[in-house]
Amino acid sequence: MEISADIISLVSATLRISTPLVFAAMAGLFAERSGVIDFGLEGKMLAAAFVAASGAHIFGSEWYGLGLAIVCCVALSMLHGFASVTHKGDQVVSCVAINILMIGLTTALAAAWFGQQGLTPTLTDDRRFFEITLPFADAVSGVPLLGPIYSEIISGHYIFVYIAYIFVPCVYWVVFKTRFGLRLRAVGENPSAVDTAGISVELMRYKALAVNGVLVAFAGAYLSTAINANFFREMSAGRGYLALAALIFGKWHPKTALIACLLFGFADALQIRLQGVPIPGIGLIPVQFIQAIPYVLTVVLLAGFVGKAIAPGAIGQPYIKER
Amino acid sequence: MISQPILELQNVNKSFGHVQANKDISLKVNRGDIHGIIGENGAGKSTLMSIVYGFYQADSGNIKINDKIIEIKSPHESILSGIGMVHQHFMLVENFTVVENIILGFEGEFVFGEKLNQAKESLMKLCEDYNLKIDLNATISDLSVGFRQRVEILKALYRGAEILILDEPTGVLTPQEVDELFKILRSLKEQEKTIILITHKLNEIMILTDKVTVMRQGEIVGEKNTKDTTKDQLAEMMVGRSVLLRIDKRKPNIGDTVFEVKNIDVKDNLDVMRVKNVSFDLREGEILGIAGVTGNGQTELLEALTGIRQVDSGEIKLYGNIISSKNIFFDPRQLREQDVAHVPEDRQRMGLVTEFNASENLIFGYHHQQPFSKSSVMMGKNIYNHSKKIMRDYDVRPQSPFLVTSNFSGGNQQKIILSRELHKDPKVLLVGQPTRGVDIGAIEFIHQRIIDMRDKGVAVLLVSVELDEILSLADRIVVMFDGKLVGEKVNENVTDREIGLLMAGITN
Repeated sequence: MEISADIISLVSATLRISTPLVFAAMAGLFAERSGVIDFGLEGKMLAAAFVAASGAHIFGSEWYGLGLAIVCCVALSMLHGFASVTHKGDQVVSCVAINILMIGLTTALAAAWFGQQGLTPTLTDDRRFFEITLPFADAVSGVPLLGPIYSEIISGHYIFVYIAYIFVPCVYWVVFKTRFGLRLRAVGENPSAVDTAGISVELMRYKALAVNGVLVAFAGAYLSTAINANFFREMSAGRGYLALAALIFGKWHPKTALIACLLFGFADALQIRLQGVPIPGIGLIPVQFIQAIPYVLTVVLLAGFVGKAIAPGAIGQPYIKER
Repeated sequence: MISQPILELQNVNKSFGHVQANKDISLKVNRGDIHGIIGENGAGKSTLMSIVYGFYQADSGNIKINDKIIEIKSPHESILSGIGMVHQHFMLVENFTVVENIILGFEGEFVFGEKLNQAKESLMKLCEDYNLKIDLNATISDLSVGFRQRVEILKALYRGAEILILDEPTGVLTPQEVDELFKILRSLKEQEKTIILITHKLNEIMILTDKVTVMRQGEIVGEKNTKDTTKDQLAEMMVGRSVLLRIDKRKPNIGDTVFEVKNIDVKDNLDVMRVKNVSFDLREGEILGIAGVTGNGQTELLEALTGIRQVDSGEIKLYGNIISSKNIFFDPRQLREQDVAHVPEDRQRMGLVTEFNASENLIFGYHHQQPFSKSSVMMGKNIYNHSKKIMRDYDVRPQSPFLVTSNFSGGNQQKIILSRELHKDPKVLLVGQPTRGVDIGAIEFIHQRIIDMRDKGVAVLLVSVELDEILSLADRIVVMFDGKLVGEKVNENVTDREIGLLMAGITN
């Protein structure tokens, strides 16, 4: 019984931890499928976390916070687009600029507005998200096997978690079954083909970036108004980069990117679980080594297994009409 | 019946920075005609048609379709006005299917369903009507170049094109594929479609077109009914002076074997075998032509011979000594020291540093030698004098050693490479695509130099996708198909048909 409880809590933690990665990876998918590198997921996630927490605090509702986070991230995506689509600047440089700017700006604004060292005030209970207990969760918990799965794993998450996993099939559908998706993929593979079909390459890329902004905002808001109740300095902690790695590992496909996110989430959940637990035959492993597991996994997976991943043909290249 | 102009251009002008690509162009194209536009590279043909297609906007002037002035701001408007264009580089998304490529931009519905099926049906009907034989569900990357071009034509027809513009459509095709294309174009003409053919090949104009417009340096210099003109007359209009279309050359005076290539395999960077079990000899005083459609392993073969790429198996011998095998490998500098000269296929990527000036490009490969450098210090004065002299000898224009190389025309860039490679009197000359993107005047000059080298006893290997070039220069011709040599002919009374079959891999 002890072991199965362990497994259940591990799976549940995996879902919870993977959620921001899923949002960010899906966000990255839209940008990168349109041919725009999005290295700036990290910065946008951080900005969203800050804006969501301060918005919720100031306007008195977590939903205002989420709304403002979306506005903020779309604006940052547009900034990225302005630099790299309209002015054809280097996409990576633009992303790095956003990341660095956001690390500084969020901390500085938090200090200026709230007078705390890079923190936003802790949200009161009426201004943050809570776990949702699904109907009948308590009633069926006694049923063997399925009961705990429903009540412990499926039920009892923040609304973000459900939205994230519902988004994945939606993203698949949009990218592969709709006109928008066809044009999105085309513009990332061969923008000239899109241009000669009479569609604006720049507009398509801006649309993709807008969707990107909306999705990544959820990741940030989840961090500061759901699993935590305030914003703190650099709270995104590399999740944006991890999501990008998952996207690449998942070959820019929603399904495999989801699996990659879950794998990273699982590694992190395992890492938390193993902290302070002596391993049979080895003894107690220093916590720093345990904490490195997800990152080591990232490096190993990216180096070892993604060799054959084929990126969208025009990724990273600003579209310039040939003479 | 007097034919009506379907498309009319009035005083169209277009500049890119200081370069005026189109000067005051006025042109009428009649409905149902195949109208040729001929001119050398850089004459402004493609720019003009890109303006008609809405890819660029004219600085001034009008475009009329069916006698109505229309404003074309983007390809969207031109497609709606019934203009379709088959670009030189196909505008296809490689990992999409044929259908996806064709409906792109004209999907008709947000979520694919009903309209997609309707599109497939009408495409099938179009394929039947014009005898196009395309598998609509095939992925583009699986299709041959000829089929990709048909997809482009089908795309234009599906979008309702009445005027079809083809930009250099035969550059990448085998002669047989060209025949197929011309058949399709003639059947389009029968159905009252208007076709504009942009080309620099005189043969195509003579075979296919009703009318021809000649462009030179951004201007129209003549317009003829094709049946009232000749190749020579058109060539003269294109260049502005009379040119020799056929080269006179003496019988070859063949000497010892210089290069011996035995059963070599060569892999490309992606580890794909591109040259398969190839063997041949190259002898003094002959030009060996390697014909073939682009991408059949010629590039890798040339790279193996010039020391850029090591062979995977087999061996290459130069003057009887192995220079490349599984274990032995001579790099380009070592080969250069053995009097091997190389004019690479991709001039701007491998032959030149285009951001450097002409004098620097003129000494690459010899820059470490006297008199260009002494104890690692470049000798500016010597380099300048050398450049001045060599540019005069090879008629490079303008004769400015300090001009940045990218500002020279394609023909003059090629002359810079050629002069660098030939000035040390090599014993072997390996040339790839010597006249790609080079104007007719310079072609004549370059061909003459290659012949001169042969007559001096140099062993010349010529790799070219231009069959005409191979036929007019080579003494012996081998054809590459899918990495293998599929036939060898002595160049006497060989026809382009015979070579064409070999280029398509048909050996009987």
